[in-house]
Amino acid sequence: MDLTTSGSASVLKPAAALTDSTGTAPAGESAPPTLPESPLVTIEPGRATGLGSMRDLWHYRELLYFLVWRDLKVRYKQTALGVAWVVMQPLLTTFVFSVFLGLLVRVPSDDVPYPVFVFAAMLPWTFFSGAVATSGNSLVGSSHLITKVYFPRVIIPMAAVGGRLVDFLVSFVVMALLLAFYRIAPTWNLLMLPPLILLLTLLALAVGMWASASNVRYRDVAAILPVLVQLWMFASPVVYSLKMVPERWRALYSLNPLVGVIAGFRSAVLGHAFDWGALAFSAAVTLGLLAFAALTFRRMEKHFADLV
Amino acid sequence: MKPIVRVEGLSKQYRLGARARHDTLRDSLMSVLKSPLRGGRGAGETLWALQDVSFEVAPGEVVGIVGRNGAGKSTLLKVLSRITEPTSGRVELYGRIGSLLEVGTGFHPELTGRENIYLNGAILGMRRREIGAKFDEIVAFAEVERFIDTPVKRYSSGMYMRLAFAVAAHLEPEILLVDEVLAVGDAAFQKKCLGKMGEVAREGRTVLFVSHNMTAVNQLCSRAVMLSDGRLALEGRTQEVVAEYFRAGSDGGGERVWPDPKRAPGNRRMRLRAVRLISGGHVNNEPDIDKELAIEVEFWNLVPGARNQAVNIYISDATGTVVLSTANTPAANSVEDDWFRQNHEPGLFRSVCTIPANFLNEGTYYVTVYLVTLGPISVEAEAPQVLSFNVFDTGVMREPGAGGRWDGVVRVRLPWRTEPLTPPDAATGDDAAGGAAA
Repeated sequence: MDLTTSGSASVLKPAAALTDSTGTAPAGESAPPTLPESPLVTIEPGRATGLGSMRDLWHYRELLYFLVWRDLKVRYKQTALGVAWVVMQPLLTTFVFSVFLGLLVRVPSDDVPYPVFVFAAMLPWTFFSGAVATSGNSLVGSSHLITKVYFPRVIIPMAAVGGRLVDFLVSFVVMALLLAFYRIAPTWNLLMLPPLILLLTLLALAVGMWASASNVRYRDVAAILPVLVQLWMFASPVVYSLKMVPERWRALYSLNPLVGVIAGFRSAVLGHAFDWGALAFSAAVTLGLLAFAALTFRRMEKHFADLV
Repeated sequence: MKPIVRVEGLSKQYRLGARARHDTLRDSLMSVLKSPLRGGRGAGETLWALQDVSFEVAPGEVVGIVGRNGAGKSTLLKVLSRITEPTSGRVELYGRIGSLLEVGTGFHPELTGRENIYLNGAILGMRRREIGAKFDEIVAFAEVERFIDTPVKRYSSGMYMRLAFAVAAHLEPEILLVDEVLAVGDAAFQKKCLGKMGEVAREGRTVLFVSHNMTAVNQLCSRAVMLSDGRLALEGRTQEVVAEYFRAGSDGGGERVWPDPKRAPGNRRMRLRAVRLISGGHVNNEPDIDKELAIEVEFWNLVPGARNQAVNIYISDATGTVVLSTANTPAANSVEDDWFRQNHEPGLFRSVCTIPANFLNEGTYYVTVYLVTLGPISVEAEAPQVLSFNVFDTGVMREPGAGGRWDGVVRVRLPWRTEPLTPPDAATGDDAAGGAAA
């Protein structure tokens, strides 16, 4: 690499001495640091999303932690009930569905009390929908950061999902109480919870990343997203059992990656048999979506500061 | 010496259409329908914010970057700090870079001072350990020890700014990019900030400093680069560049109008339309020393039900020293501007500030206008040194038999009275005694 001065540029040498009323001493008093042979950072068109981006992400991991921490802190500080809201939301929806679908319509619930049946799926669903909604708006809502400071942009939707993940983990306490109340014994199936949580988090991140990046360019995304998420709930086995879906539609139905995950949560909590096929399929679709979302995000990332 | 920053043929193009705020799917679909061959997005108007800019900075140097609004300074800093990508050209950085385009980025009003220090530090790229090690130093520098566990929404704007600057000032990159952080705060704090910047420079770190404060540029920088219309117009010794900056800036006429709101200084909350100097009943940039000078600022408010908006004017002299600053806020006014306390719907407004006759001394002055929203202060539009004027001495304060010029930045007629303190005989008696002793 040619490091000599190019024709069009000239080196600005430090002034020999610079004194003034504030008492600024000569510039470059201490020995200048020895410079590396090759540049630490090269800025070029198309370089912002180079191979260094994973290393960059690692360097900024503490920022992810602080953004999640800020979201939680501010959310709990500003509401009177604070952390109670985290469990209130799935509890209230569960109550509503228990009255209408459980008591009135009498939807079959795999031989467990309907409230437990719904709550076991409502917990992951609340996390997923909340994470998608928050992360979908996260980039636009953080325009003040994006236009002023450099950091890997993907941290913003990640932090949004992270905040909801903490809420989700907290609300498991209520699940435990509910299981104890209905005297449903825990089984070894609970061991599947960590991989299921990971899978659901990745899926939420994939949708959130894609939605947040698209939202920067097309603000319509913010308007349509809640509607789609609402529809998605009814396209997933949240308030009804997977078994209610006719066999011949099952394959088409399972294209929805949430089907395997939500059904998996219910099986893990209630000790029912897992549908491994659906789960494997969910995992494959999730990874595919994540790769697609990551590519979309990287492609659009460099324009965020100009568009947001 | 090998440069630490090397900028080569850097250009950045903005598509004005692509920057439009209400970019919706419908607009995109419409443009596809209208011109299917252009691939979705209309070519639109383009603007070269930077064009073929090349320069190098040696390690340990403090370089000022000056230029008028829209000259490309901010774009240059944004490209250097990797916020936005260049269209062509390249930059090589041979050291860790830290940028300070704004103080208090990411500050959250609900969080305490302590919490915001950690959050802001992380946003600026500091490690938690690093922040922890410097925590006490930061708090002491900001002088907020007693309020460190109070939410920053209860801070005065001065405390807020001090804390925000303190975190940023303790960043320790090898290359520091600084934009306009000294434009806020009181004089004592500004001095402290300048002192800190000088300290950073003495430690042998490289600083690129963008500012409209020519005094600060003069004091801190050994060299300066001037941008004009996205191109590098001049680089050299600071004094020469600053002189050229002022020379190129005095456009004369006493009026500056931005007919196209999209190109006017401002953002989606407020935008400038015109700044005008009126004296003797007409637009005039050579007011007589004994005539009032009215500064008219026309601007758009774009926010429905806007509150706490204010117009802020700085007048500085030819050396860059601020002679006065004023705003249409009640505490700063002799005649209260009712407008300030009202809520406003979107529309065009005009604020007029009157500088009294027999006040500024003769000489050249520069007018800087800011549109701001208060609490905490946020600058919506800025027009640095947008107009200049020459105060013309008509000789009203010339005393027969005395010199023509009164020293000082201001030349005010003040009330005077002299009265005897002791009876005449006592005074002469003392004098007589003193005389006798000698």
